[in-house]
Amino acid sequence: MDLVLLFVQGLNGLQFGVMLFLMAAGMTLVFGVMDLLNLAHGSLYMLGAYLAATLQVHTGSFPIALALAVPATVLIGMALEATLLCRLYDRDHLDHATMTFALILFFNELVRIIWGPQARFMGLPDQLSGHVEILPGVTYPVYRLLIIGVGLLVAGFLYWLIMRTRLGMLIRAGASNREMVNALGVNIKLLYTLLFGLGAALAGLAGMMAGPILSIEAGMGEPILILTLVVIVIGGIGSVRGAFLASLLVGVADTFGRVLLPPALASMVIYILMAAVLFWRPQGLFPSHG
Amino acid sequence: MHQRMVSLAAKGLSVSLFLLVCGVASAAEKVKVGYIATMSGPGASLGTDILDGFKMGLKHCGDKLGGAPVELIVGDDQFKPEVGVQVATRMIEKDKVDIITGIVFSNVMMAIARPVTDAGIFLVSANAGPSPLAGEGCLPNLFTVSWQNDQTHEAMGKYLQDKGIKGVYLMAPNYQAGKDGLEGFKRYFKGEIRAEVYTEPNQPDYAAELAQLRSANPEAVFVFYPGGMGVNFIKQYAQAGLKDKIPLYTTAFTVNEAVLPAMGDAALGIVNTSFWSPDIDNPANSKFVADFLSTHKRLPSPFAAQGYDAAMLIDSALLATGGQTGDKDRLRAAFRKADFQSVRGSFKFNRNQFPIQDFYIREVIKDQDHQLIGRITGVAFKDHSDAYCEKCPMKW
Amino acid sequence: MADLRLLDARGCALLLLLSVLAAVPLYGDPFTTRFFTRIMIYAILALSLDLILGYGGMASLGHAAFLGIGAYTVGILARYGIQSAIIAWPLAMAASMLVALFIGVVSLRTSGTYFIMITLAFAQMLYYFFVSLKGFGGSDGMPLPVRNTLGGIMDLGRHATFYYVVLLTMLAALGLSHRIVHSRFGMVIGGIRENEQRMRSLGIATFRYKLTCFVIAAALAGLAGALIANQILYVSPALLHWTRSGEILIMVVLGGMRSLVGPMLGAMALLIAEEVLSSMTEHWMILLGPLMIVVVLSGRTGIYGLLTKGSRSHG
Repeated sequence: MDLVLLFVQGLNGLQFGVMLFLMAAGMTLVFGVMDLLNLAHGSLYMLGAYLAATLQVHTGSFPIALALAVPATVLIGMALEATLLCRLYDRDHLDHATMTFALILFFNELVRIIWGPQARFMGLPDQLSGHVEILPGVTYPVYRLLIIGVGLLVAGFLYWLIMRTRLGMLIRAGASNREMVNALGVNIKLLYTLLFGLGAALAGLAGMMAGPILSIEAGMGEPILILTLVVIVIGGIGSVRGAFLASLLVGVADTFGRVLLPPALASMVIYILMAAVLFWRPQGLFPSHG
Repeated sequence: MHQRMVSLAAKGLSVSLFLLVCGVASAAEKVKVGYIATMSGPGASLGTDILDGFKMGLKHCGDKLGGAPVELIVGDDQFKPEVGVQVATRMIEKDKVDIITGIVFSNVMMAIARPVTDAGIFLVSANAGPSPLAGEGCLPNLFTVSWQNDQTHEAMGKYLQDKGIKGVYLMAPNYQAGKDGLEGFKRYFKGEIRAEVYTEPNQPDYAAELAQLRSANPEAVFVFYPGGMGVNFIKQYAQAGLKDKIPLYTTAFTVNEAVLPAMGDAALGIVNTSFWSPDIDNPANSKFVADFLSTHKRLPSPFAAQGYDAAMLIDSALLATGGQTGDKDRLRAAFRKADFQSVRGSFKFNRNQFPIQDFYIREVIKDQDHQLIGRITGVAFKDHSDAYCEKCPMKW
Repeated sequence: MADLRLLDARGCALLLLLSVLAAVPLYGDPFTTRFFTRIMIYAILALSLDLILGYGGMASLGHAAFLGIGAYTVGILARYGIQSAIIAWPLAMAASMLVALFIGVVSLRTSGTYFIMITLAFAQMLYYFFVSLKGFGGSDGMPLPVRNTLGGIMDLGRHATFYYVVLLTMLAALGLSHRIVHSRFGMVIGGIRENEQRMRSLGIATFRYKLTCFVIAAALAGLAGALIANQILYVSPALLHWTRSGEILIMVVLGGMRSLVGPMLGAMALLIAEEVLSSMTEHWMILLGPLMIVVVLSGRTGIYGLLTKGSRSHG
């Protein structure tokens, strides 16, 4: 593999990792702070994609579609939390898993009933659908550069939010000791709903960004869900820093595994990676619970 | 009567409820057709597409098959072979179907082919055509109205060979149909195979593989990516700027009218092979395409055409037996005649009860309504049989 | 006094269920017989998961791997002409136990969600391994020509015969599991589930107990795998996919964990609901989801909890 190819594959790994980070950040926050195992996180990703695709058809504009679809997904997420998921807080993870798995089945079928079983189309505006020469002799799709940019921006935003704001302080406190935060008089219900909304926004954004390159169809959330779970486990549940590192790790490992290894082994790479990390650090790279 | 009462009393609540919902009394002269396909999950679009075509065929036969009223029972195999077996046995033993059709995926077909045909029921495949069933495992009660899995790929192999292409880069998903597809291509393409890349089934992102492809810079690329995989691949291929650099060749499994709307302009100009295209000029096809378009507000895909022909084939066989399904040998002979107007043009069965048919080269264009559609530009094979018929011991 | 009454209620229910099950092949049509055979096989599978989940407190999302290993053992042996159940079925269990031993040694260092994920990882690795087995059908899987023969005399090809063999196997599995959880071993496992640190401070080698429990559960799952290979005469990697493990998990939770009978009821309820709903509408999945949500929300202890709540309150 020559240097140019190495560089391009590295970018591919980065782009994939950044996409995973959008999903993993939301999920690790919800799981870490609210102790809620939400398997329907992949469904929020799917809904984001569908909403953005539909809005794009109606408004004819890619940026407007994104700008409207994110709040729409947030609203759906918060409504879901406030009505259904809030009842799960005093249950164990198994009940979470069962119920949110049921939600996956429900949303997949709902999407098929509303939008039909055929895959949907989401286009890109002309400026974004080409490729650009980033280095002499190295071309890379513009849109994927945009994804990397958005992902890094979100990572920066989350860093600022969690490390430099009061809300972030509450989130970090909640991740390490929920009861204490509650006992200190913080409005836990509101915090949870907002946090879930944030998670939904990130998942929806990931779906919308993925829409133009991937096929938008029912069930598109499940493969991403599995990868997201692997990432947050490697990174350590509750740690956004861990999720960032782990998503890049998984992104790069998966990308290079696919091009260097035979297919059977390539599919196993991320699982072997996860098993190895857990064997060495059974709580992930950055466990946040004290 | 007495036994019925005793059995009802003996069964628990759940069983009675189950029977209540599933048991249906049926009239004697009706023909019962079971349709089994993947109707849920990612493969559902194929199952519903073929069903739409089949129902259109029924409609054009006056909602009758062979003059007899039809009861259509639809079952979902959920892309699981064991569920397919479960659904098939329910249709045979409970619903007492006479014919089973549909079957999208080869693994489900492999699981149900023997159980269904051993029970004396006729199986008309509207999609899956795995090679074992075309060769040594051919079955007298199995009729495949679509194609044998390899044929469409063979057509592209021949086209590129005739075109004088020297080297081709191959890509497909890493499962049986993917491997069979590339085998079929290599059977007719004798040039250099630059690489044979297998990706994970349902893998959404091909960025890494596309970067490798660009680096290898082959003369041409041939891929097999059905359903959602195809939508992903084609879109990403265009976005990576590869469409103008390295010509992409594929089959209608990847670019077909069902997925073209989801691909958008990325699919424009892509050359593919198919046994059918909307622009095939014969009365049956014109009627089919026009009615499908006005009913469903979308173009029919080759899958819908397969479903339509399945209905027409069954109709023709039942017409010959006067709507009767009792005499299996007579019905089988009627099936073998394939005395119907196929939307694809000429159609006849080979010894292994797989089609002998023409294969076309087509290109994706935009028609006057700015719809993406396939248009025939040439013929790859005329009266093409499959590579496995010699191994089939059946003679008739 | 209360215990006796409780035993009566539960015992009666069990007896009724068993008599219904015994009567199915006699009065039902072949399809119902095959359907209930499948239910009983999944009941054994759910039962085996309850051992490690309900009693051992180990939530595994890779349990379907053992189902697959058991099934493939039977399938591969059949390919090489070994048709006898007396050889194939114990080998299926042994294969599952061996793999479980390896997975357990590596995974049982973790717990909770991490354990879930690592078992998932191993199951997926095994899934991809079987997908890569070109000689045995690869991702499409392979059919089995005939069912195994039991001791050379009983032909399991007859649905009624196979049904009763499965019924007896299920009862044996239930009996064995009951013995295990009510033995000293079961007490220790329960203690580990409640508070592993305390058990360790009492000098108990908790790792060994958990591993043993894990391997026993895998053996039962492997047996279920051998049975399912015979039932549908087909083995494919789909048997090992994580979604299959998820389904078994749901059966256990729906039915009621830590009750042995509960997961069996869960298997029955889920499979019957799927069958009934899918014959009503092709969009049946949209009904199944909310149905499951309602059951989880209403009954903390699943179906079994709902059924026995009445009799328990009389105590």
